[in-house]
Amino acid sequence: MIRLVLVSAALMLLLAVTVVAAHLPLGPAKPWIAYGIAFAKATLILWFFMEMRSEGATARLAMVAAGVWLLMMLTLTAADYLTRSWIGG
Amino acid sequence: MSDAALDIDRPDEEVEDISYLRAGHSLGSWFLTTDHKRIAILYLVSITFFFLIGGVAAALIRLDLLTPAGDLMTNEGYNRAFSLHGIIMVWFFLIPSIPNTIGNFIIPLMIGARDLAFPRLNLLSWYIYIVAGFITLAVVLGGGVDTGWTFYTPLSTMYANGMVVATVVAVFISGFSTILTGINFIVTIHKLRAPGMTWSRLPLFIWSHYAVSIIFVLATPVLAITLILVAAERLFGIGVFDPALGGDPLLFQHLFWFYSHPAVYIMVLPAMGVISELITSAAHKRIFGYWFVAIASIAIAVIGFLVWGHHMFVSGQSIYASAFFSFLSIAVAVPSAIKVYNWTATLYKGDIMIDAPLLFAMGFIGLFVAGGLTGLMLAMLAIDVHVHDTYFVVAHFHYIMVGGTVTAFFGALHYWWPKITGRLYNETLARIAAVVILVGFNLTFFPQFMLGYEGMPRRYHVYPPEFQLLQVFSSAGAALLAVGYAMPTFYLLWSLRRGPRAPANPWGATGLEWTTSSPPPKHNFTQQPVVVRGPYYYPLEHPASRANA
Ligand code: HEM
Ligand SMILES: [Cu+2]
Repeated sequence: MIRLVLVSAALMLLLAVTVVAAHLPLGPAKPWIAYGIAFAKATLILWFFMEMRSEGATARLAMVAAGVWLLMMLTLTAADYLTRSWIGG
Repeated sequence: MSDAALDIDRPDEEVEDISYLRAGHSLGSWFLTTDHKRIAILYLVSITFFFLIGGVAAALIRLDLLTPAGDLMTNEGYNRAFSLHGIIMVWFFLIPSIPNTIGNFIIPLMIGARDLAFPRLNLLSWYIYIVAGFITLAVVLGGGVDTGWTFYTPLSTMYANGMVVATVVAVFISGFSTILTGINFIVTIHKLRAPGMTWSRLPLFIWSHYAVSIIFVLATPVLAITLILVAAERLFGIGVFDPALGGDPLLFQHLFWFYSHPAVYIMVLPAMGVISELITSAAHKRIFGYWFVAIASIAIAVIGFLVWGHHMFVSGQSIYASAFFSFLSIAVAVPSAIKVYNWTATLYKGDIMIDAPLLFAMGFIGLFVAGGLTGLMLAMLAIDVHVHDTYFVVAHFHYIMVGGTVTAFFGALHYWWPKITGRLYNETLARIAAVVILVGFNLTFFPQFMLGYEGMPRRYHVYPPEFQLLQVFSSAGAALLAVGYAMPTFYLLWSLRRGPRAPANPWGATGLEWTTSSPPPKHNFTQQPVVVRGPYYYPLEHPASRANA
């Protein structure tokens, strides 16, 4: 119980960091910092709230597979967005 | 074999060998049933109904296209006709067609189980489908939508004036039915196989349904999210796709096709499973290259997720992404080709029985090859620029979805009809229907390849007079095709009353579903089957077993 409260508090803290970071003049690093914070939040949620810390190898594998899946989708979509400007539109 | 050794006595339950059709006659015994076989029948009746509605829309479209002036419907009416046709055919007929009827009925029988893993979920899945179906019918009565089945933005979010939100909600809801079915199949195949039914002994019908279930579960949520975003932008002006609000219209296409290309494999994988059963049963031979066919299903399910960009070659997508998607699209054709070669190789030196199911299966193979090869043409960047959004594309996907999947659905219905109903239908009429469907289909859709290649765009009902001859051919073919599809309705229904009773195994086929009576008892088997060998074990190749076959 205490652990869950602590984790929630950590999430709230990260949320605050997100908001603050969004308003700081960080230049091109800004989105990457946001991704980093989001990653940290997701990890906390998976590990504690979704109870991956007490799961066996199969469940963890399924979780990783889901992540890889999402990554593939994002990569291929990004392959469009990131290379559009290469030939001038 | 020592089947009897495992005969399970259940003292608290009398042995049920009364057929599932006779176990209860009240309305409640059907509408509250948890028997996978009865739920399959509920699905069969409902998808047939939607096939009819979708078919009426198709008939209107083909009638309108008889003349270049497009004088049957208004422009708006025509848009609504083809939108409803596509939406109903894809989500309310084709996607549930084979899995929820034949799959629902046959999967537990094939693996020697008493039911699916979650019988109540199975019933829930049907009810969800029906709720979605009623909303769709309300949309039809309320005037319809004009977005096409693809709901492209910004048309769907900003300009379309039909019942877009209601339609999107209907499709959204039907998705849950699909997901539940997928989960049910996956768990059933993992957990409920009879003793001795190892993975290497699974019939290929099971492998293809396993593959399709994975797509059900992984792809459908993306569609749900995408459609909700469309509704949110339309209703609340949340900027996701509208550039004026900071959105990106191409994002919609990425999300939609991320679902919908896998969805085309949803539509074809179950059909491929059917064909493997029909071919082996007709040839009385083990499938050529069992593992290749089984793994090809899984490969299609996986690679099919990585090719969606081939729908966006001319959308303004980056050319580098296009090249990548083109390559992957060519790769995904490999496992499909493997299957085609293996089916034909299976026939070689077979003891072939040319009955209606084989005729349907052969029709499938020919039409699927034509559809698949034109898919490869479309996957070539340079060709696609020319034929994108023309009738060439329309012909391509109809060859696969109608020529392939609908033909396989009819083949499956004929093959398993004796098992499902316990009756035999008129074989001569069935063969005639198979041929009429094949001829009618080609007459309808082959001219569309030519039309498209010559530049006739899709989704227009007014066209230059030069195209009329081919359009008339296509409409005539559609009339013939309608006759072909109507025929089975009559002789199959007739067989229910007058058909001779079917024996347990009318085709002399292998597979557990043929070891129980036709129609099967309420709990499928009177004693727990035990599997001692692989699938498709025919005396032709194992003469020693002829004596006890
Ligand atoms: C196997 C089952 C298949 C089905 C059910 C299927 C279905 C479809 C459908 C429904 C569309 C049109 C979507 C629309 O714009 O409304 C389509 C387009 C397309 N298909 Fe297929 N297809 C299949 C296989 C393939 C294969 C194997 C390839 C390539 C290797 C392929 C390549 C394409 C391409 C490139 C398009 C886009 C054409 C364009 O819009 O310009 N398809 N297919
Ligand atoms: Cu595709």
